[in-house]
Amino acid sequence: MSERSAYEHVIKRAMTKLLVPFIQLFAFYVIAHGDIGPGGGFQGGVILGAGFILYVITFGMNEGRKRISRITSDLLSAAGVLVYATVGFVCMAAGGHYLEYAALPFSSPQLAGHLAIFVIELGVGITVAGVMITLYFLIGRELK
Amino acid sequence: MIKEHAPVLVILVPLLSAVLVPLVGMLRNRFCWHVAFAATHVSFLLSGLLLFRVQTNGKISYRLGGWEPPWGIEYVIDELNSFVLVTIAFIGFLATLYARKSVVAEIEPVRIPAFYSIFLLFLAGLLGIVITGDIFNLYVFLEISSLAGYALIAASRKREALLASYNYLILGTIAATFILIGIGYLYMVTGSLNMADLRERLPALYHSKVVLTAFAFFSVGISLKLALFPLHVWLPNAYTYAPSVVSAVMAATATKVGAYVLFRIMFTVFRVEFDLEVVSITSILLVLSSAAIILGSVLAIAQTNIKRMLAYSSVGQIGYIVLGASIVNETAMTGSLVHILNHALMKGTLFFIAGCVLYRTGIEDIAGLRGMGRRMPFSMAAFTVAGLSMAGVPLTVGFVSKWYLALGALRADLWYLVPVILVSSLLTAVYFGRIIESIYFGRAEDGHSSGSLSRERMHEAPTGMLVPALLLAVLCLVFGISASTTVGYAEAAARLLLGGR
Repeated sequence: MSERSAYEHVIKRAMTKLLVPFIQLFAFYVIAHGDIGPGGGFQGGVILGAGFILYVITFGMNEGRKRISRITSDLLSAAGVLVYATVGFVCMAAGGHYLEYAALPFSSPQLAGHLAIFVIELGVGITVAGVMITLYFLIGRELK
Repeated sequence: MIKEHAPVLVILVPLLSAVLVPLVGMLRNRFCWHVAFAATHVSFLLSGLLLFRVQTNGKISYRLGGWEPPWGIEYVIDELNSFVLVTIAFIGFLATLYARKSVVAEIEPVRIPAFYSIFLLFLAGLLGIVITGDIFNLYVFLEISSLAGYALIAASRKREALLASYNYLILGTIAATFILIGIGYLYMVTGSLNMADLRERLPALYHSKVVLTAFAFFSVGISLKLALFPLHVWLPNAYTYAPSVVSAVMAATATKVGAYVLFRIMFTVFRVEFDLEVVSITSILLVLSSAAIILGSVLAIAQTNIKRMLAYSSVGQIGYIVLGASIVNETAMTGSLVHILNHALMKGTLFFIAGCVLYRTGIEDIAGLRGMGRRMPFSMAAFTVAGLSMAGVPLTVGFVSKWYLALGALRADLWYLVPVILVSSLLTAVYFGRIIESIYFGRAEDGHSSGSLSRERMHEAPTGMLVPALLLAVLCLVFGISASTTVGYAEAAARLLLGGR
């Protein structure tokens, strides 16, 4: 089977299109669930990245790069870390130590903790997904 | 605000800049350097501020996330690590200054943003290892700096660098794993990861087999990381084939941080009594470091490549640093700690100059340095000063540290260490004397001349590369003539570690 026909397999394409949104939704569920149960940024980020990798496996590298370009995946990798760090700096600006959520101006320290951890997990998730995608493209390029 | 948060900012600034550099690199490749320069500059100023505050007000403790130690991660800055912190931040700052030209010549343009990013991660990791008071956090930073270090070595254009980096990767990973196992064992029996807390909890368990095993893993892992003879095999190739600026930074900071970790584990997490009475690690280190001092110098004599010679000489100098700790008295410890700074100054200069010569002439062999005194007079003057300092000539920093080490050895009735120090100094004088002689009195052979330039015409390295090297060479003299400041810091740190021994 040539490379072209492999990408044109209709069942694979249809199933991937059906599955990817749900995988990504599940990824966000795992990220958001991080501070009260199993899961978190790393796991969710990997699922998010894996969803996109499934898309690339089915539709090919070029189609994948059209969706998420090199610049976008680099930006995602960096943005997550910066989101994490920003939460820390906001805590410092609010008068606490670095990453001291209790200092954030919310009604209770518990609420501040929940929200800040959610944002941090989101940052971790974005970076992990970005790095997963970058790694996949890098390895794929080597194999071509 | 900055004063209060300086302990965390000193790490965060290079760490976040490492993430920003690739983004900036998307706009303009050359802006990467500016970000890196600003970050290392800020980091250096903050570390200076911390040193000043520790000297005036005493120990600083910073609680990350506001969690109380021993539960949360605590950054502790005391007389010992503020001194090491400033050394690393200063070398990092000068190296960034130096990197601008050097990196363009030695690294492929597409990799430059990644290089600066990894370089900043490497520095942030080293600074983090030094500043943290939490033993697991130390491991995390150790991994950050090690992984970045492997990549930095492999960034070179030389193919051999890949193999050197791979060897270092394997050995470095074994070292890190050993350290992690040690941390795991300590956590298993004490339930604590805070260094100060471990110090309180461990004495009751000193004879437990788990603690002894943990200590064994620690000592082997750290010795591998700091390239203590006979675990130095990864070092010569790594330093020889890495880009010049990376060799300089690694030789001046990475192994020093390894020595710092060794001292922390031996004297802060465990106590001196444990080292002396329970495991007698000090006598083992005494033998190994003496062997390192002599054999490092002997192997250095045999080398023909400049950077490889400097690398073997580093193996010997690491021996000096560990020797001071294994004598276990304040004088020798002072010598050992001041040598952390002094060796960073000397080796920084030497590797910087080796890079300057490579940049201008492409010469990597010692034979090629013949008659170089006329062609690159300032570089060679700096090289000479640092070379004399390595041999321990009075009025240079090398003399100061060797003086304290020899004095400490005599005070501890270990007279046989004095000949070791003397013989090694003589051997060092042999390999540097040979080079210095050929730099100034040798005639250049035509076979080595490159391009249309005459060998006799002055053709110095670019200012950006020359200034950091000259500055370090001047400091070699300044701190050699007036050693009271540096020795003062080292004495305070030695008192803290050994508590009046």
